[in-house]
Amino acid sequence: MKRAALLVLALLVAAGAAVAVTGRSLPDPKVSPAIATRTPDPRHGAYVAVLGDCAACHSVPGSPDLAGGLALPTPAGPVWSSNITPDKVHGIGVYSFTDFARLMRQGVRPNGERVLPAMPYTAYAKVSDEDLHDLYAYLMQAVPAAPTANHADGVLWFARWPIGLWNKAFHDDSRFAADPAKGASWNRGAYLVQGLAHCGTCHTPRGPAFQEKALDGRSDLFLSGARLDGASPINLRGNTADGLGRWSADDIAELLASGRSAHSAVVGQMGEVVAHSTQFMTDADRGAIAAYLKSLSPAPESGRATFAATAASLDAVMSGKQTDPGALRFMNSCSACHRLNGDGAGRALPSLAGNPTVLAQHPDTLIAVILKGARMPSTAAAPSPMAMPPFGWRYDDREVAEVASYVRQSWGNGAPSVSAGQVRAVRRALGLATPGR
Amino acid sequence: MAIRNKPVDVVIVGLGWTGAILAIELAKAGLEVLALERGEDQDTVPDWAYPKVVDEIAQSARNGLLQNLSKTTVTLRHDQADRALPYRQIGSFKPGTGVGGAGIHWSGVHSRVMPEELRLKSHVTERYGRKFIPEGMQLQDWGITYDELEPHFDRFEYVCGTSGKAGNIGGVKSPGGNPFEAARSREFPLPPLKDPPTSVLFAKATRELGYNPYSLPAANASQPYRNPYGCDIGPCNFCGFCSDYGCINYSKASPQTTILPALRQMKNFSYKTNAHVVRVNTASDGKTATGVTYIDGQGREVEQPAGMVVLAAFHLHNVRLMLSSKIGKPYDPKTGEGVIGRNFCYQVLNSINTFFDKSTYINPFMGSGGVGQAIDDFNADNFDHGPHGFIGGGVIWGRQTGAGPVRGIPLPKGAPKWGSSWKQAVKDNYLHTGRIEAQMSNMAYRGAFLDLDPTYRDAYGEPLLRMTLDWQDNDLRMSEFFGDKLNAIAKAMGATSASGRIIKRGDHWDTRAYQSTHINGGTSMGADPKTSAVNKYLQSWDVPNLFVLGANVFTHGICYNPTGLVGALAYWAAANIRDTYLKSPGPMVRT
Repeated sequence: MKRAALLVLALLVAAGAAVAVTGRSLPDPKVSPAIATRTPDPRHGAYVAVLGDCAACHSVPGSPDLAGGLALPTPAGPVWSSNITPDKVHGIGVYSFTDFARLMRQGVRPNGERVLPAMPYTAYAKVSDEDLHDLYAYLMQAVPAAPTANHADGVLWFARWPIGLWNKAFHDDSRFAADPAKGASWNRGAYLVQGLAHCGTCHTPRGPAFQEKALDGRSDLFLSGARLDGASPINLRGNTADGLGRWSADDIAELLASGRSAHSAVVGQMGEVVAHSTQFMTDADRGAIAAYLKSLSPAPESGRATFAATAASLDAVMSGKQTDPGALRFMNSCSACHRLNGDGAGRALPSLAGNPTVLAQHPDTLIAVILKGARMPSTAAAPSPMAMPPFGWRYDDREVAEVASYVRQSWGNGAPSVSAGQVRAVRRALGLATPGR
Repeated sequence: MAIRNKPVDVVIVGLGWTGAILAIELAKAGLEVLALERGEDQDTVPDWAYPKVVDEIAQSARNGLLQNLSKTTVTLRHDQADRALPYRQIGSFKPGTGVGGAGIHWSGVHSRVMPEELRLKSHVTERYGRKFIPEGMQLQDWGITYDELEPHFDRFEYVCGTSGKAGNIGGVKSPGGNPFEAARSREFPLPPLKDPPTSVLFAKATRELGYNPYSLPAANASQPYRNPYGCDIGPCNFCGFCSDYGCINYSKASPQTTILPALRQMKNFSYKTNAHVVRVNTASDGKTATGVTYIDGQGREVEQPAGMVVLAAFHLHNVRLMLSSKIGKPYDPKTGEGVIGRNFCYQVLNSINTFFDKSTYINPFMGSGGVGQAIDDFNADNFDHGPHGFIGGGVIWGRQTGAGPVRGIPLPKGAPKWGSSWKQAVKDNYLHTGRIEAQMSNMAYRGAFLDLDPTYRDAYGEPLLRMTLDWQDNDLRMSEFFGDKLNAIAKAMGATSASGRIIKRGDHWDTRAYQSTHINGGTSMGADPKTSAVNKYLQSWDVPNLFVLGANVFTHGICYNPTGLVGALAYWAAANIRDTYLKSPGPMVRT
């Protein structure tokens, strides 16, 4: 999410010069008049900040909390997350609540400047007046003001204007609307997933202008898996192979609490999401998210992986008939933990059979894990940061492709082969060297 | 001018097993805890990542995980008349270093203790009479009972995810387990590991000989496991790289796999590496520890004030710190008085290789540190010692721990020693070679002790610890007894030949050949301050806010591997500090 939404920017930089400047009048964030007399709850606002995972981008180690400074590299140069403490010069200390709501819903600062959609206002637009009001109170009252200067965006200033056009084309500035036909838990889950938790930012596929193809549950492309930043966030819909079709709601809630479940463990940026946000959610909210995700119909199956558990792969190995070089490498480097049957072991060593990360349409995450290793987050529920070592130093692109293909096509996994070219692209994106021979 | 750090509630010297246990238990009690580790930080990934860690040259030949003897070591001698010389190369025993300590490179054998060993002087006197104790043997009771320790043995096993089968739950014999074991409160957290070929043959043979084989308890997990701290452990895959190695897949219990992930989440815990503690500081009254002084990674002297000091380093370092800090009266072998350095012991180990014909596959490349079948028929006082005239016992086992070319491939007596005929002999024998062993208790003697070396100093300018130890007649006759048992078992297993090391009368402690790292004693626990350095709560008799952990508190040797008892004593000490000491700081035992 952090970098990928900035690809939007790259596109707009190219188009920007030719595009007419849009108007700079401030849009109306449509806050209910009732808010004017409401007393906000900053303690609940702190929880809203956890739900929205503000710290993921706005806090960096070694700096005051929420003082910004996370570098987000783009082809046009780095941009930086901003200071959202109540400092009056560098932070949001002079923002009125209306200013704050406008930024959260329409991505427009009080001076009319547009923030980049790296800030997921496309999702936060779904958030209620009350939650935003509490979040505002938390940021203004409970977060210490930090006089940390924001980084200048440098060459990118001119690219902000065309975002207004992009917003007109793609941004749906409407609040979440509860479905009266569904229960309270489902609606709570839908509200969180579509709004504060901004799951779609990473898990929904993007269109030609890098817009998310769906922003709510009306399309079966919503949360159907994506590809960005050299990773492939998984399909969260009901598909049995690459989705959550075989997961129970408890499995999903366990993963959100601990970073691991019987089916899989989180990798990459999802590890940070679990570490900073979902592990601190209430059981009820994790249950609501799980219930909502379990209600999502399968995405169109065309081009997706299949899964039907089989002992044939293990039999081929045990009988000595397996000659696939990918299988040999799997036995050599992977099976100590993931076992010859691909089942792993409990919560400690992730299963590869039927694992959505393995079966994703785009194998980028699987390739990245093999190349650079992975580490589970340390959570209160499961403190062990179980780690897989890297193998990119040991295996070249062809060899990684062979082992990735073996993993995607064994124990009942039915996903397309991985090519050396795909591995090369991920290796390049990760800045990893090819092993010398 | 020393740097002075901010005071903490508790400073812990060493972050291995006992340091990690005390740290998490005292941090949970709300204290601000700082651990000082002399070595480096280390963890499964990247430090023991497959395949780089399974490097026999780096780990077994060059001792990658062990104490750097060029910085600090010990001196050794057999007798008070000898001049001690420095231990310049790793040989007989293997002190660890770094975060996790010896908990990284241990095997995983996870036993308890036989109850009578904790009151051996009383027990021997009651059963065999006072005259059965030979001249010069310093038998003592430990001042603690098995029943007091049972909940803490249990706790440590459930933290480790230990694999085994109970033989006695609450006094009721449980079929399939060790019939000699003392009562445990419940079943092991995990079932036993699968038996490799050596253990299968050993169990069959010992059963035929009328003995009672059982699955040796192993802190190598047989299944995935989540421990009471929430830490995840993966199942062992029998790769055969345990002793000398960090575990590649989170299977062998270590501070890293079982405690540190939870400990690192605690905001009132912190630790420093490359912090080599040289002294426990005391107030002018000599009765209060005020903290410690350490040398940091840049060679600077740093003072760390603390309200409580816990010595949780390896045995050798704990004893030396007591001596160099002048806490407690140093032991004098001439008078038998004094307590620091007293009752230094070292487990005796007999090991023989069993060679089988070509139809019997042992496949020694696979194994696990703690896996095996064992018998306790000759452990502690499970047999009548009267006719044999020695005190002590041992556990006999058929383990299979993994064997590779650099670690040495044993060959039958008379096999060629070099060239192509040696290669052929290796080829003929490797897959058909097992090993069985007897590990025996070593009693305490008036002339076996630890003190500060008058000649040699380490890189920090501190005198080295000096060991004075040799095998005594009692131990050597016991060893011969166990040698006979081993050879009989090897024969019953169907071995075509058996050969190895059986320590006999006339032999001396060979400091060059690896035996085990099970050295113990030196700061004994006990009920009498005249013969012990710490009370039953591991609290210094002289400095009540100083606690001393580790096998150095053993009063004399035991038969089983020490780690289970060391861990249980650490949990016992932590529980009593938390429940009693913190409410009313001061001596927990009045004399």
